[in-house]
Amino acid sequence: MFVTYLRRELAGRRKQTAIVAIGMALAIALVIIVNAVSSGVQLAQSTVLASVYGVGTDITVSQTPAAPTEGEAGAGGPANFDFGADAGATADGTTTVSQSRLSVDRGTTAFDVTALDTVSGVDNVSAAAATLSLSNTTFDGALPDFSAGTPPTGDDTATGGTPPSGGPDGAGGSSFSVDSFTVLGLDPADEAVGPLSAVSLTDGRSLESTDAGTNVAVLDAGYATTAELVVGDTVAIAGTDFTVVGLVTASSADATTASNVYIPLDVAQTLSGLTDQVTDIYVQAASSTDIEQIQTDVETALPDATVQTQSDLASSVSGSLSSASDLVTNLGLWLSLIVLAAAFLIAILFTISGVTRRTREFGTLKAIGWSNGRIVRQVAGESLVQGLIGGIVGIAVGLAGILVINLVAPTLTAGAATTDPASALGGTGGPGGGGFGQAMVEATTSDIVLQVPVTVSVILIAVGLAVLGGLLAGAIGGWRASRLSPSEALRSIA
Amino acid sequence: MYELTDVTKKYDQGKRSVTALNKVTLSIPDGQMVAIQGPTGGGKSTLLQMLGALDRPTDGTIELGRSDLSKLGQGPLGEIRAREIGFVFQGFNLIPTLTAQENVETALAPLGVPTAERVSRATAALESVGLGERGSHLPAELSGGQQQRVAIARALVKEPAVLLADEPTGNLDEHTRDEIMDLLEGLWRAKGLTLIVVTHDSAVARRAQRRLVIRNGVVRDVA
Repeated sequence: MFVTYLRRELAGRRKQTAIVAIGMALAIALVIIVNAVSSGVQLAQSTVLASVYGVGTDITVSQTPAAPTEGEAGAGGPANFDFGADAGATADGTTTVSQSRLSVDRGTTAFDVTALDTVSGVDNVSAAAATLSLSNTTFDGALPDFSAGTPPTGDDTATGGTPPSGGPDGAGGSSFSVDSFTVLGLDPADEAVGPLSAVSLTDGRSLESTDAGTNVAVLDAGYATTAELVVGDTVAIAGTDFTVVGLVTASSADATTASNVYIPLDVAQTLSGLTDQVTDIYVQAASSTDIEQIQTDVETALPDATVQTQSDLASSVSGSLSSASDLVTNLGLWLSLIVLAAAFLIAILFTISGVTRRTREFGTLKAIGWSNGRIVRQVAGESLVQGLIGGIVGIAVGLAGILVINLVAPTLTAGAATTDPASALGGTGGPGGGGFGQAMVEATTSDIVLQVPVTVSVILIAVGLAVLGGLLAGAIGGWRASRLSPSEALRSIA
Repeated sequence: MYELTDVTKKYDQGKRSVTALNKVTLSIPDGQMVAIQGPTGGGKSTLLQMLGALDRPTDGTIELGRSDLSKLGQGPLGEIRAREIGFVFQGFNLIPTLTAQENVETALAPLGVPTAERVSRATAALESVGLGERGSHLPAELSGGQQQRVAIARALVKEPAVLLADEPTGNLDEHTRDEIMDLLEGLWRAKGLTLIVVTHDSAVARRAQRRLVIRNGVVRDVA
């Protein structure tokens, strides 16, 4: 009887069934699309972040540069290149000087590598790796041979002596160039976590544990192209030649990797004079639920450290991807909540209206012995089925919407702004930010094609909402029906 | 058998209290056909609600067989309605979305009758009121007289001890009225029911064994 009555009611009141179902379908479709787009945006953010921080990195630990005390130069101040009187080589009236400097860049502070042990010792840390992010700046100059000129004599310096006539232009002029690229020192034995975990090898090989202490380098493929370097060439870092053993590229299309050049950590420390120093620690948690606890524990163990989680890092993603994220988070979320609330309200109001219209019907049923429970079940069942019809249509519309988005495949531009100069300089080669504090710098710029995933959880959420909406309307409608007095059936016609 | 003792029913209307039944004492033996008449607002429908276990009196007792309807909760009253009392209404009160057959079956749903038996009993009930061929019709596809026949089938399909009819012919023309009353009277005689009919129509009332008039909440027998 329950099924027959339910079927007849829904078929007999098609207009009401259709309106409730359409309202519910729209709301559920919107929830599905907003949820799925949100997942797609998160996925895109993860892709961007992975290209910078590596796959599986849940937390990064760095150290905020301290403000210089009065009279003290700030850390990472301007790079000085000092040349003595005898510096350089002179030939044909031109003296050439060259000096390379490998140093921690502005906005970054090196700290003792023992912090890695501290972090590794924190509960639920499954892996941790330390890196030293540096900047190699090379100064090249060509200037006239000043020793070739005649110094002035006597007191009249204005007329005495002759200027040098050499130099790159042969007329006593000078030429200087400054070249800079980023260098990342990392433990070649540990690539499970950290920047190199997210890259793809395009040529040669990656760093291996046997590379410790040797002058070998892996280059970002984009940088290698710009610098016209291939595997087997040498690249000079701080005046030392390194053999290029491999080229890597970011896993995602068009993104650049975290650094221009990767070398063994111990070599980087020696060349930069930062023995046993690192600038970043990449941490992988045993479980995503442990991240908050690890962050707290690391902050306690290393009070001077800046500890950032993936969600902190996600906020550093900029560009249209960031706008999409904001749109989904703000407008999309609120819009779907409002439409959902409206759909629930429509379902409830229609159910109540239906119960009111069916006063005599329910009164009659009570008069012939139907219990309140049986009538509540009947009303709730009708609402539930209306909700489920809406849910099924909503899922179909939502999936169609997702399909359309994936077919259109909108391209979002993303930039990862970061406090880490090593990644900040990726692909640009120029120093960014400055002074102390956290220098936010536009780093890796990527074009990400938004792919919206369909997950079981989204479908389950939709079905859950449909059931919830139906039950809510049914419960309220049923409650109204149960409060009707059976004598209404007679009173209404007396 | 109904035994009503000092039954009073009052309704609160704002600050005013209206007495619909005033110390009604009444006995209706099993198998009797009773007609209740009276002016509008005199208390006919209220008395029918008390007899039909649809409402409880403010004061007094109503016994149906061994049950005191004035003291039972909604659950037990519902069970008594489901098993022992059949209703026929002036407006037929059929469920508009259900067929004639399904409308009749609704009376058996609260009794937990198995589906096959429910269907066969409903079919038999429809045949007994001359609508064996109309089981698949919706109420809107039936005439007023046919709808009332369906309502009578619904009231009788559970084989109740009492049949309460509230102006059963009020919406019907004279010819159909006589048909329906012939049917009710025939079923009453055949099944040994207690038949209580509330009516304005003296022609209907004259068919009853006993006539009661209710005025201002007070009931008296008419010789």
